[in-house]
Amino acid sequence: MKQTFPLVLRAGWQRLIAPLDLPLLGVCVLLLLLAVGVMGSASPERIGSQLTNMALALVVMRVVAGLSPQRLASVAVPVYLVGIGLLIGVALFGDISKGARRWLNLGFMRVQPSEIMKIAMPLLLAWFFHQRTTSLRLFDFFIGALLLLVPVGLIMRQPDLGTALLVLAAGFYVIFFAGLSWKILAGMALTALAAAPVAWSFLHDYQRNRILMLLDPEKDPLGKGFHIIQSTIAIGSGGIFGKGWRAGTQAQLEFIPEHHTDFIFAVFAEEFGLIGNVVLLTLYGMLIGRGFVIAAQATSLFGRLLAGSITMILFTYAFVNIGMVSGLLPVVGVPLPLVSYGGTSLVTLLIGIGILMSIHKSRMLVQK
Amino acid sequence: MKMTHDDNALRQFHSRMAVAGGFVLLCFALLVLRFVWLQIIQYGYYQTRAEDNRISLVPITPSRGLIVDRNNVQLANNYSAYTLEITPAQVDNLERTIDNLATVIDIQAKDRKRFKKLLEESKNFESLPIRSRLTDEEVAKFVAQRYRFPGVDVKARLFRHYPKGAFASSALGYIGRITDRDLDKIEALDQEANYRGTDHFGKAGLEQNYEFELHGITGYEQVEVDASGRAVRTLARTAPVSGNNLTLTLDAELQSIAEQAFGDRKGALVAIEPSTGGILALVSMPNYDPNLFVDGIDTQSWKALNESPDKPMVNRALNGAYPPGSTFKPFMALAALTYGKRTPHQTIFDLGFYTFGNHTFRDDKKGGHGTVDMYKSIVESCDTYYYMLANDLGIDNIARFMAEFGFGNFTGIDIEGESKGILPSTDWKRKRFKSPAQQKWYAGETISIGIGQGYNAYTPIQLAQAVATLANNGIMFRPHLVKFITDSRTGARKLIEPRPLKKIDLNPEHIEVIKQAMIGVNKEGTGARAFAGAEYVSAGKTGTAQVFSLKGADYKHHAIKQELRDHALFIAFAPADAPKIALAVLVENGGFGAQAAAPIARQIFDYYLLGKRPKAPAAVDEAAVERDDE
Repeated sequence: MKQTFPLVLRAGWQRLIAPLDLPLLGVCVLLLLLAVGVMGSASPERIGSQLTNMALALVVMRVVAGLSPQRLASVAVPVYLVGIGLLIGVALFGDISKGARRWLNLGFMRVQPSEIMKIAMPLLLAWFFHQRTTSLRLFDFFIGALLLLVPVGLIMRQPDLGTALLVLAAGFYVIFFAGLSWKILAGMALTALAAAPVAWSFLHDYQRNRILMLLDPEKDPLGKGFHIIQSTIAIGSGGIFGKGWRAGTQAQLEFIPEHHTDFIFAVFAEEFGLIGNVVLLTLYGMLIGRGFVIAAQATSLFGRLLAGSITMILFTYAFVNIGMVSGLLPVVGVPLPLVSYGGTSLVTLLIGIGILMSIHKSRMLVQK
Repeated sequence: MKMTHDDNALRQFHSRMAVAGGFVLLCFALLVLRFVWLQIIQYGYYQTRAEDNRISLVPITPSRGLIVDRNNVQLANNYSAYTLEITPAQVDNLERTIDNLATVIDIQAKDRKRFKKLLEESKNFESLPIRSRLTDEEVAKFVAQRYRFPGVDVKARLFRHYPKGAFASSALGYIGRITDRDLDKIEALDQEANYRGTDHFGKAGLEQNYEFELHGITGYEQVEVDASGRAVRTLARTAPVSGNNLTLTLDAELQSIAEQAFGDRKGALVAIEPSTGGILALVSMPNYDPNLFVDGIDTQSWKALNESPDKPMVNRALNGAYPPGSTFKPFMALAALTYGKRTPHQTIFDLGFYTFGNHTFRDDKKGGHGTVDMYKSIVESCDTYYYMLANDLGIDNIARFMAEFGFGNFTGIDIEGESKGILPSTDWKRKRFKSPAQQKWYAGETISIGIGQGYNAYTPIQLAQAVATLANNGIMFRPHLVKFITDSRTGARKLIEPRPLKKIDLNPEHIEVIKQAMIGVNKEGTGARAFAGAEYVSAGKTGTAQVFSLKGADYKHHAIKQELRDHALFIAFAPADAPKIALAVLVENGGFGAQAAAPIARQIFDYYLLGKRPKAPAAVDEAAVERDDE
């Protein structure tokens, strides 16, 4: 009798963690702990709500990890269609904030449908190519591209360049892993280059400015270049060892814009220096590496494509965010994965990781 | 078949993953390179920029030095007051902002005009006062509504204050807001850093001349600021050092009596302590209230001051050049003795005129003064004596001698911008005129020089310096207003004088002759009525300077328009045996010196020597006309 209770407890615990991939979970937890630490410097008053976000996102991750890949594949089409529907809804009835129409008020909650597409897109395309496993033709890639460009176009119209690019990348990664021939990829790259001037004319002024600013931020130091200048100053002045936790003047004196969300990397880099940066990149590297392992070991095409794509999305988040904050890439609204403040992106990312875990578990189940 | 397809697909997938992995590594390597560039190679640069961002030096304006008179009476001090200031660069619509402000705080048309003028003169990012001297109630009212007015703020500032108002303006001068020309001066002296945070600059008088003594050393507060420029906390503070205080030789009470003595008449008075050169009173009437200038004069007052026919902004004591008239005679007589052209007792016979060539120079007294020696020539102010003397001395002897007394040259008073006046000589004329005919000095021109007319033109300060030098037996001092400067930190006093400039080579007996004659003037001559019953022995000389040439016609005082009337002059010193005070008085369009100028000198002496205060401004002694025969 005495031992029953701990036994029950242990059994429950084991059931709870059974679908989880411990290496992946370990890296995630390290990144989340790091996020709490940085948040404690950048915006201590937000630690509480971010911990709540983390708890919620972890629960969602666990739930997703518990689903089988087959189950995931079965919801791919409905989720995609709902996503498209919501995007159209946004275009028609969305709330405007900061000059962009991104939110849809459903009465009981406000949702950002473009966020859903970040997961729905690779899910749908992975499902789509899985259906065509045996008879994959060029035409299928054409259909895939069409499925991809509809939501991307809708998101760009909001306008939300950052999310549009992430969704585009997510879909592209699936197509890439599905084996679209290099010739066509090269052709697309050339077309993209040729289309750049046309795309330029479709960009909003603020989007053009962000790109121009990258070329010469000092041109408008108090206006549009301010963000990039201040964040590079923060990073550069951090030096090798950093200024120490909560000792970054750029961060503490609010020279860094949006220092708890998109620019949180500048806070981290200022306070922890080059060494901190390398540690952070290593953690992301481990996360991506584990993702690759899961993708490589996946037993179905669906699993491979989805895992590969999600892994690359994690990489894209990290690279685009750090690249933008350190002045390598134009400013687009991409958070630092798992570290930036905000529930939505955290949930999205942990859903992605939950999917990775689900795929990995199914492989073991198959092996057994 | 299916297996090979799967194998192929798997192989292809793995190769694609290898490409993706390579891409990931490449991108991360790029990021690491970027970090190395920013955090190692460019570290110093970014570190400096972060520091620059963080630390802002806020200047703390020092308190301007005080100006006190010889008895420590404050003539210029500072008070702290709240001002309502607008930074135009931070305001979208200036007009509307001011309109809205006016609903909270009383802003009058005059304030708006002054603000507009300041706006034209200043740079956009400067904080400019729209209202000064806010009451506590007004401050509270504004603070409650501050959120409505970005770019508008209440600031506590030190203001210059001249407690006596319109008083001694010719000596004190005034301060005003710094202009570009002032900035040039500041830059030339490498004082830019010290003037960060300073809005005002001495524009005239002592405030201008001693600007860099009075200013003090600006302190600094090192504050950490956030991105919006708000001070977060103070890191270090260097206290400002107040400006040095000026203690003047001026006697405020004497100055005040002198100014009141003028009543509503125009003119100038300079009283000097002969043994030091210290100026006891420096008057230019009408004066003005220097307080008007402190935070930017409004257009209306500025117009009134500048366009007034009485020209209150002209410092008559330093910049008014007037013919000395008969006050020149004692110096002419001394020249005659020095150059051996006359002995004291040598006489002439005056018929009332002097003919040179075909021109007749008239004496004011019809029928002449009869037999005239040197004493009588001064006491009765006989023109004929000096017409002849001038001719005998010649223009260049006169010029050489008068130059010794400082006529026609800067006195070196510690106020900027004094005029030189005109000491006529053959040399002067050659330089002054262009055509050869005009450049030639005609002997006939020398004659009226003898009685202080003609080209002669001297400033009241020159006249006062000359009298003081005479009173001091030829020992000349530089007239000055500042007795000593007190270092605000150490309390050490920096004495300005007195060190004699020089001693004019004169025979003491000759000086005595002149002094006795000047004592005679106040005892039995043209100054006697003004000094009747004085309890001290004084020496003086009246003078009347022609403004308008009568060309031989009789001068009828009341028949001539005020502005064409002669200027009244008087020079004097007392007590005659050991002079404590020497002065020159000029009353513009006052008529005869005995009538208008001498009574003012009497009031000054009575106060300075005896402590007697006049009951009313010096009255014009109409009766003196009868006796005065200059």
